[in-house]
Amino acid sequence: MSDNILEIKDLVVHYITDEGVVEAVNGLNMTLKRGETLGLVGETGAGKTTTALSILRLVPNPPGKIISGEIHFDGENLLELSEEEMRSIRGNKISMIFQDPMTSLNPVMTVGEQIAEGIEIHQGLSTDEAMEKAHEMLELVGIPRERAIDYPHQFSGGMKQRVVIAIALACNPSLLIADEPTTALDVTIQAQVLELMRNLREEFNTAMILITHDLGIVAETCDKVAVMYAGEVIEYATLEQLFENPKHPYTIGLFGSIPSLEHDVERLKPIKGLMPDPTNLPSGCPFHPRCSHAQDICKERKPIVTNIEEGHMVKCLIYEGVMEAKEVL
Amino acid sequence: MHKYIIRRLLMLIPVIIGVTFIVYSIMFFTPGDPALIILGENAPEEQVEKLREEMGLNDPFIIQYLRFLKNALKGDFGRSYSTRKPVFNEVFSRFPATLKLSTAGLLLAVAIGIPIGIISATRQYSLLDSITMVLALLGVSMPNFWLGLMLILLFSVRLGLLPSGGDVGFASLILPAITLGTGVAAIITRMTRSSMLEVIRQDYIRTARAKGVAERRVINKHALKNALIPVVTVIGLQFGYLLGGAVLTETVFSWPGVGRLMVEAIKQKYTPVVLASVIFMSVVFSIVNLLVDILYAFLDPRIKSQYR
Amino acid sequence: MSSSVTTEKDTNLKSQAGKKRSQWGEVWRRLKKNHMAMIGLIIMIILILLAVFANQIADYEEVAIKQNTANRLQGPSRENWLGTDNFGRDIFARIIHGGRISLMVGVVAVGIAVLIGGTLGAIAGFYGGRVDNLIMRAMDIFLAIPSILLAIAIVTALGANLFNLMLAIGISSIPGYARIVRASVLTVKDQEFIEAARAIGASDFRIITKHIIPNALAPVIVQGTLGVATAILSTAGLSFIGLGVPKPRPEWGSMLSDGRTYLWEASHITTFPGLAIVITILALNLLGDGLRDALDPRLKQ
Repeated sequence: MSDNILEIKDLVVHYITDEGVVEAVNGLNMTLKRGETLGLVGETGAGKTTTALSILRLVPNPPGKIISGEIHFDGENLLELSEEEMRSIRGNKISMIFQDPMTSLNPVMTVGEQIAEGIEIHQGLSTDEAMEKAHEMLELVGIPRERAIDYPHQFSGGMKQRVVIAIALACNPSLLIADEPTTALDVTIQAQVLELMRNLREEFNTAMILITHDLGIVAETCDKVAVMYAGEVIEYATLEQLFENPKHPYTIGLFGSIPSLEHDVERLKPIKGLMPDPTNLPSGCPFHPRCSHAQDICKERKPIVTNIEEGHMVKCLIYEGVMEAKEVL
Repeated sequence: MHKYIIRRLLMLIPVIIGVTFIVYSIMFFTPGDPALIILGENAPEEQVEKLREEMGLNDPFIIQYLRFLKNALKGDFGRSYSTRKPVFNEVFSRFPATLKLSTAGLLLAVAIGIPIGIISATRQYSLLDSITMVLALLGVSMPNFWLGLMLILLFSVRLGLLPSGGDVGFASLILPAITLGTGVAAIITRMTRSSMLEVIRQDYIRTARAKGVAERRVINKHALKNALIPVVTVIGLQFGYLLGGAVLTETVFSWPGVGRLMVEAIKQKYTPVVLASVIFMSVVFSIVNLLVDILYAFLDPRIKSQYR
Repeated sequence: MSSSVTTEKDTNLKSQAGKKRSQWGEVWRRLKKNHMAMIGLIIMIILILLAVFANQIADYEEVAIKQNTANRLQGPSRENWLGTDNFGRDIFARIIHGGRISLMVGVVAVGIAVLIGGTLGAIAGFYGGRVDNLIMRAMDIFLAIPSILLAIAIVTALGANLFNLMLAIGISSIPGYARIVRASVLTVKDQEFIEAARAIGASDFRIITKHIIPNALAPVIVQGTLGVATAILSTAGLSFIGLGVPKPRPEWGSMLSDGRTYLWEASHITTFPGLAIVITILALNLLGDGLRDALDPRLKQ
């Protein structure tokens, strides 16, 4: 039995709208080992959330559609399962938490009920037993158990997110997908929530995909990093490899646009240009219009995966040895 | 919770007094001399003047209003010009009929509107949804009295199936209730549908699905309660429309309610009756809205907890 | 629809004007895509044209008013497309002229309501505090009376003629618009660009006209369109119970009430004016719904 809890192969997901076909995910490949934390990094619109929703097959349909690819979880291809089988996986073996805690909880149900519901459905416990477990989960995330009868609006943002985490981990999933879980929170609360998540992950050995655009959070919490651009993973490495030796011009650009505590820089170097229009992606390498190293060949040829070293992969023509010898990185 | 109810009850009082003031002021301007109406056109001048003094018709407006208010609070709205019976009794005796009609209309509207609205929303873009929307649009666009006439034409005149008038048992309630309730049913359908659609788009529905909750339960347990909250408010407001619309429906179906009484009174210029009827209906409307507000507070925990 | 304020007044005005033009253009574009709304619009245009040229189509005195008892109660025929009524008058002509009255009452009534209600709502929202409280309490009192009953009371008191009809329906609609405008004012009032405008010395009046009114325009337009529909329904209702325009003027509601006695032998007297009402209201509703969708700022998928 392989070490990998999740393997995504060549995933293609489109949204079919009146204004054109949005190519949200284009041939995405990704693997994740048990208990590992993968950071999925990229700007808004890179396809991160769509990828996450695809794993749980929650892509809104219409207009979204998973066109092709395979998603292997614990040996099974999720894309071949029936809806009923998927439902028994959601919230049970794979859980997902979303960005905005303020709107993620049902305003007319108590938090206790919302936590207990998943337990009741997946673990076949009675309502009372499930509620007891819900109380335990609340304590686990640092909320007094008496508050189970309270409604979401009676909690602060940070506490709401804890409730969301409690719901997600209630059935002890082997994979947790967290889509920008701290973006909507204050920085201090952010730190608390991240720490909570780390502790719980260690205790239950949950694998996690953490979607974020914040490299700082990645540095704190992740073992591996996948950088997404225009629906593809363009660089994949361990944390150390990525931070010490980034290869893809986009990744390097990302680092260049963060202020550093160590060196003084005259100006921050943002990456010029904008994210490409997903209904009208550039030919060849999707990054070439913004890339300072781009040459004519980048317009014509799509990069394939190049292995830099063990565990470090990149999709860039520079490393395929097909570019004219102008730059050496 | 009790604090909330008491507060709302107290707020009701100035509103009702305000209503009496407005309606009284409006009716005050009705041309025509009540004394003349009572005594007849050809009565001698001094007799008319004497009656006017007795009735206090020569006093300034404020005095007359306050006198009216004082009497109204005692339930005395004067006596009908023709029958000499207390106006209040006349209005009140007709009330059960109007209440029966309005309630029937409302029940019909809710029983049809909410389920169809829900189904429409969950099957958005389907044929059923399109048909429902068209029918709802038609329902809102029809004058209810015309619908009544058409229904009478079909069921009473041509088919002879249902009675066309009067309050004579259950069968006679059917056509008027449909007439009155159709417009409201259409509004409730549209409101429920749009509320459901709005709720289904919310993040917490996505959370429920991500938990593995079956779609049926997502709709019935997670979405419905949230979606119905604004619908309840609309239902309360629509009751006001029902009370007003009853005037027309009662005329079409010769239904012996307050509305019909009002129309007769208008024809004969009996202002006290019109006055009393309007105030009475407004009071009923206000009470219904109060009940709706209380129900709303029960449904929405965000309001409930404000008054714990 | 909001405008931004910069310190360069000229470029601001130009870019504002440009933005406004494209904003309305965007709205029109969205409306055009909505086929049902366009159907509503076309029907309304036809109805308006019929109303304006009513006299050209069927002379008022001759056809709509003059009685012709020999010809009474005829069904639809070549000379009388929709038949004749109990006085031998051509129903089609009466419907056309009735349409004129209905549209007029509808538009004027809504105009009155928007003007008075909108002003009250704007004042209440803008100045807040006691003024707001006072105005909104008054509106609450008005809203406690079912609007048809209020209109009935007013017309009963003032007498049944065209002007009083418009006034009555207009007055009974005031609270609705007061609320809408007040809500719009409140959302805009707290936004930062108002503070910015004050900071460059704009007067209250200027702020109201340039920033607040454009913001309130959208919901008022939608509600106004639907309001004309409600007003027409109310007019018909009032006429039906005898509180409308005095006979023999043709009004759809009173035509229906006339037709009641002849339901058995000449149902067309009742059916056709009713259909006229339904079509008009339908068109207005389609248009109103379409406008609501087109003006909804949230519809950016």
